[in-house]
Amino acid sequence: MTTSLQQGINAFKEQIDAPIASFFNSCVRCGMCADACLFFVETGDPKYTPIHKLEPMRKVWKQEYTFWGRLMAGLGISRKLTDDDLAGWQELLYDSCTLCGRCSMVCPVGNDIAYMIRKAREGMVASGHAPEGLKGATYRAVTIGSPMGIKLPAFRKKVEIAEQETGITIPFDQTGADYLLLMSSAEIVEFAEFIGAMARIFKQANVSWTFSSDAFEATNSGIQIGASDIAAELVQRIVDAAEKLQVKYVISPECGHAYTALRWEGPNLIGKPYKFKVIHILELLDQLYQEGRLQLEGKDSEKLTFHDPCQIVRRGGVLEEPRKLLNLVADDFVDMPCSGKWNWCCGGGGGVSANPDADELRLKVFNIKKTQLDATGAKKLVTSCSNCRNMLEDGIEEYGMDVEVVGLAETLADHLVQTENKQET
Amino acid sequence: MNTMELLAWARGPGLSLSLIVLLLGVTVRLTEMLLLGRKTDLSEPREAHSGLYGWRTVITRSLPSSCVTFKRLAFIAGYAFHIGLFLIVFFYVPHILLIKALTGLEWPGLPPWLIDGVTLITLAAMLLVLWYRVADPVRRYISRFNDYYSLAITFLPVITGYLAYHRLLLSYNEMLVIHILSVELLLASFPFTKLMHAFTLVFSRWYNGQMAGRKGVKV
Repeated sequence: MTTSLQQGINAFKEQIDAPIASFFNSCVRCGMCADACLFFVETGDPKYTPIHKLEPMRKVWKQEYTFWGRLMAGLGISRKLTDDDLAGWQELLYDSCTLCGRCSMVCPVGNDIAYMIRKAREGMVASGHAPEGLKGATYRAVTIGSPMGIKLPAFRKKVEIAEQETGITIPFDQTGADYLLLMSSAEIVEFAEFIGAMARIFKQANVSWTFSSDAFEATNSGIQIGASDIAAELVQRIVDAAEKLQVKYVISPECGHAYTALRWEGPNLIGKPYKFKVIHILELLDQLYQEGRLQLEGKDSEKLTFHDPCQIVRRGGVLEEPRKLLNLVADDFVDMPCSGKWNWCCGGGGGVSANPDADELRLKVFNIKKTQLDATGAKKLVTSCSNCRNMLEDGIEEYGMDVEVVGLAETLADHLVQTENKQET
Repeated sequence: MNTMELLAWARGPGLSLSLIVLLLGVTVRLTEMLLLGRKTDLSEPREAHSGLYGWRTVITRSLPSSCVTFKRLAFIAGYAFHIGLFLIVFFYVPHILLIKALTGLEWPGLPPWLIDGVTLITLAAMLLVLWYRVADPVRRYISRFNDYYSLAITFLPVITGYLAYHRLLLSYNEMLVIHILSVELLLASFPFTKLMHAFTLVFSRWYNGQMAGRKGVKV
């Protein structure tokens, strides 16, 4: 047995807990998870059946943690896991799973398959079977602080541009501010208008906030590739910055996996509870509106719909806020069929967008999103995850659709009551 | 050993033996599962009472959802054979009498003609499930020996019970012996097959519901 294979098996063993054992014990191979997976539904290939993606981990569980399996392995009746098995499963565990968790919603025996895949990836990383694209993103996240390789001066430049556009001074490293705002990589690179939008919203709502030079990105490649040590280091940087600035809240941006990493996995990764609270930007905006601190005017009359980012909605629990906020600024908001916690993924979550091996498959399975979108007839698609937004734009272009994709926070910012107007009235 | 001796063995030592294997085996499997434990979740739950979400999921996963796409006939067959088995095992009067003899508990049974109809539906549903496992590409791809074996040993007690009741193929006593032995095979196979899901699905559903519940999502 090679060292890397042994390391992989050890990592699987470390990840297997009572929930995972109960999931493997309960599976009856009914195959219902296949019908919940966009990769199976769009390709019809049974190898994409979600529970099948866990075969290597199941083998380790059975041979290491069950009496019967140990006996069979000891007698040489059952075959041991090989390096070739793991190499063969790389495509299934990375290219064809976005950790969207839709399968976890349908399994009749209650298996949380997405939870298992997240953990199985730890074994893949330990045995050296992660895709190159994701490895690169993770390496950049650790060495530079950003999976897209954005350094502080580049971010500063984007902030300066936002300051010029809005005429608002954007706070940096302000000790004692209430909120520390984080960004996603994609926002900084492609949707930097988010910075100005936040500055305008926070100015109107009189929110005490700041950016940090030490931690301005929330994107966490560690939880996507399945490297908890790296994920913990990335979370720790944010925790250190938040504690240094003594903020009460850290705002998770419009980025799905950032929210999962920071809000739900973070304290477990670093091994202690936070001294601050993590709030998603949509939760904060809803709260500001409820408190009467957000003055909005005008409503979009064109039909628009909302794409629920899996990690924020189904796996994150921010379910109602996006709809409440959208209805404030839109006259004709329509939900897609099976939206909310039942929504279909954009196809690029869980590190798939950072993994070029998966590009072709990702665009193929985007068809399910297209079908869902077409059913609404909307030409404007709002979402609250910059990675989803990128993937949606990619798919829309590939399929030659005529749909505009916008961010929710910016859409709200576009409807802020102008301060000048307020003074006039 | 003649039929009557075999019947006596099946009703006495055979039953005891299979029940011991069942209880011991299930205990071992649940223990080795739960001993793995899990780490305390240090994230702050969204709602204070999210713990109840686990129990909610234990119940709701038995119900269909409108957004679950499924092969309709197989779905109905799955329900039919589970409900059918439950009714046959716990509401056929001779079975209740056996349970009373073993535990002292009893409850009213269903009329024989109804159990007879339920048995036919259950048998048909199990054959449909088998057909679906063989014919459907996904089910065929992911199926293992365990799946066919489990279905076969669940089918056997039902078919032999039906044949014994109607005095078909063999004499009543001969078929009864086969019936009881097949039940014992089923009981003793529990810990080694996917039949274990009958016990573990309470845990798996609870874990899933509880983990999602912390985040404020009802799954």
